[in-house]
Amino acid sequence: MRITCPYCGPRDVAEFTYLGDGTLRRPDPAAPGAAAAFHDYVYLRDNPAGRHTELWYHAGGCRSWLRAVRDTRTHAFESVALATDSVPSEQAQ
Amino acid sequence: MRFSVLSLAREALTGHRGWTPTWRDAAPRDAYDVVIIGGGGHGLATAYYLAKEFGIRNVAVLEKGWIGGGNVGRNTTIIRSNYLLPGNEPFYEQAMKLWEGLEQDFNYNAMVSQRGVLNLYHSDAQRDAYARRGNAMRLNGVDSELLDRDGVRAMAPFLTFDDARFPIQGGLLQRRGGTARHDAVAWGYARGASDRGVDIVQHCEVTGFLREAGRVVGVETTRGTIRAGKIGMAVAGHSSRVAGMAGLRLPIESHVLQAFVSEGIKPLIPGVITFGAGHFYISQSDKGGLVFGGDIDGYNSYAQRGNLAVVEDVCEGGMALMPMIGRLRLLRSWGGIMDMSMDGSPIIDRTPVDGLYLNAGWCYGGFKATPASGFCFAHLLARDEPHPVAAAFRLDRFASGHLIDEKGAGAQPNLH
Repeated sequence: MRITCPYCGPRDVAEFTYLGDGTLRRPDPAAPGAAAAFHDYVYLRDNPAGRHTELWYHAGGCRSWLRAVRDTRTHAFESVALATDSVPSEQAQ
Repeated sequence: MRFSVLSLAREALTGHRGWTPTWRDAAPRDAYDVVIIGGGGHGLATAYYLAKEFGIRNVAVLEKGWIGGGNVGRNTTIIRSNYLLPGNEPFYEQAMKLWEGLEQDFNYNAMVSQRGVLNLYHSDAQRDAYARRGNAMRLNGVDSELLDRDGVRAMAPFLTFDDARFPIQGGLLQRRGGTARHDAVAWGYARGASDRGVDIVQHCEVTGFLREAGRVVGVETTRGTIRAGKIGMAVAGHSSRVAGMAGLRLPIESHVLQAFVSEGIKPLIPGVITFGAGHFYISQSDKGGLVFGGDIDGYNSYAQRGNLAVVEDVCEGGMALMPMIGRLRLLRSWGGIMDMSMDGSPIIDRTPVDGLYLNAGWCYGGFKATPASGFCFAHLLARDEPHPVAAAFRLDRFASGHLIDEKGAGAQPNLH
């Protein structure tokens, strides 16, 4: 598996560290129901078989955080972008 | 189908034309008392113990492919009960006790071989941690021995004891641990369940749940609608997908774990040996192949195949431990999909949906747990209360803070 880093180009997956689901947003700790919201944020995952938005860290390269879209059934990447430039629109603030 | 010396001799002399199916491949009926989704080791064991121990025989096991074709056919067949935490150790010891009597219990040769599981340590700190784990095991009545370097050398003289970075200082040995024959486990449970009236329905994929007044009362499948009093999910690897059909989100990510078999060689590895400085575990099958594995690939996957970076990492671990295996060729490798839970421990519990029960989150320790998982899940389904040794495996422990984090890695499933 290779990941095409926006800075470094196609690089071996061994250069990257995986964080997980890239659609999660940290809840507001001051909002009502924050404890339940944090439980969902920390522990619950959609875990889809198919299109998955996820965060990778290019530790062995430019050290950027990346947000990628990948098919979990085939490992094929649909897109890779800098995490700061690609906040998922449905949850953008 | 029963086997005996007499039947073997008869069939050998008559061209093996008289064998009949070991268990009954059933067509689904309209309704059952209990429907179990998933015809793997855990699902079949659940059906077996429901019928045998709890007297519930109007049961169907629904399998989307063929039984034993999922993770019970994609593991390294290791059995052990060398856990640290109180929520885990009694459960895995229950599994070990069931393994020890399994072949007599279901009258099928599961090739349970208690050849020992040896975890190597490579530093003073790791020795202390292993001593603590060994003591925790003993407090739960489980055998454990802390070996020094000479003790390990007597068992496995071929290891690299003087590696510059990770010299072997000793090991924690559980002599009652070992291996079992994975296919025979599935088939033994299938035959025992089938003989007691359980319907094993293959090529029957669940596509949805039937709901009435908030309760699940059946499943929609590729072979029609099947109603059920209770429904148990035992689909580790795909738990999130099936639970999603009932509107549940689980504290689980699916990850791929690879394993490997070498070409067959003469007897070499005395039991199961694990490398403490990396993640590598190895045993030798009765056919002579070295069976080994390491870490999961570390990213969400349903692909049942992994990547070369992890193949290289696993083989590096093996080479560090026993460089002679570099001369062997790999015969085959495979990937299985693991339910990686958020604390590295499983879930056997009711769900917030009435009538739906969950057996999930086995990470990559599901095979060794098979008998106790089936027994405890059957107990929960039959009596609506958890078996005492599985009482900690609650779904709500993530909300209540009662995590069972054996590795102390936190809510990062790819690190467990």
